[in-house]
Amino acid sequence: MEQFAPVKRSKDGQPVRYLIVDDSVFARKNLARMIESFGGQVAAEAGDGLTAISEFDRTHPDIVLMDITMPQMEGIEAAEKIVQAHPDARVVMVSSVGYQENIVAALQRGARHFVQKPVKPEVLYEVIKYVLGEDGAVATAAGAGV
Amino acid sequence: MKMELIQPFINAADAVLSQGLQGSTRVGNLSMEEDAYRRKGVAGMVALSGDIEGRIILDLEPQTAVRVASHYAGTELPESDALIKETIFELANQVVGNAVCSLNDQGFHFRVHPPVLLASEEGDKTSEDVEALMICFETSLGNVFMNVALRHNAQRMSDHAVPGR
Repeated sequence: MEQFAPVKRSKDGQPVRYLIVDDSVFARKNLARMIESFGGQVAAEAGDGLTAISEFDRTHPDIVLMDITMPQMEGIEAAEKIVQAHPDARVVMVSSVGYQENIVAALQRGARHFVQKPVKPEVLYEVIKYVLGEDGAVATAAGAGV
Repeated sequence: MKMELIQPFINAADAVLSQGLQGSTRVGNLSMEEDAYRRKGVAGMVALSGDIEGRIILDLEPQTAVRVASHYAGTELPESDALIKETIFELANQVVGNAVCSLNDQGFHFRVHPPVLLASEEGDKTSEDVEALMICFETSLGNVFMNVALRHNAQRMSDHAVPGR
């Protein structure tokens, strides 16, 4: 997989920590590999919305990558509950069902962005930089910006 | 079955497979299936409900499924690995999700159900008002079969057509 300039946390130069939420093991592994290629770290994984909420409370990740169609609790509802409890939470929806209704519903309920599956690493990388804003810094070869 | 319903699924499968397998795919044989569906190998089924209802099956012969899943995993997987089934499920999900987006733009509304494994050798026979179309995608790792059986939900479509609703 292509390697990207690592994106670190501005405040302490540590890797960005992610919570990956998807009922597909395949999708979670795929996203984990992308995150590693961005210099990030998987803080936790969850296979449904309910587990995502408890894993968020336990690990306090910098970014949540959240699928929509999942058992027990779907991603948009889980995103809303996480953002209600943690207004600073950064939730990015990652779903193959990317039609306008879903995107609007997710954004209205607190998600920061939407990435359509199949995920292109270069697209996710740009979205992550955008969502982190000033809280993220791209490390240069010399380590500047970290 | 109307081609306007099928074409988004063909386009989506072509795009998902081309991107994921990093090579060109070719649409091979298309055939109508009136008999019960006979599974070829590892098959994931995604059901749709809403303005259009039915199901899509993505089916790969066992060795092709291993090759495809190994490609995505970036490592050689044994035939027994659970990740093979998961890979086919996720591919089916992505194909249906992308096709549904296109159909949604045309005004159709759906619910996509989570993928399930088609475990029995033989599935349900298609009914009189639901024909199934089998499409074969030729890829560098082997053939990927997609079986699409859909129909308009007449009740829901007429509900949408009532002015003021």
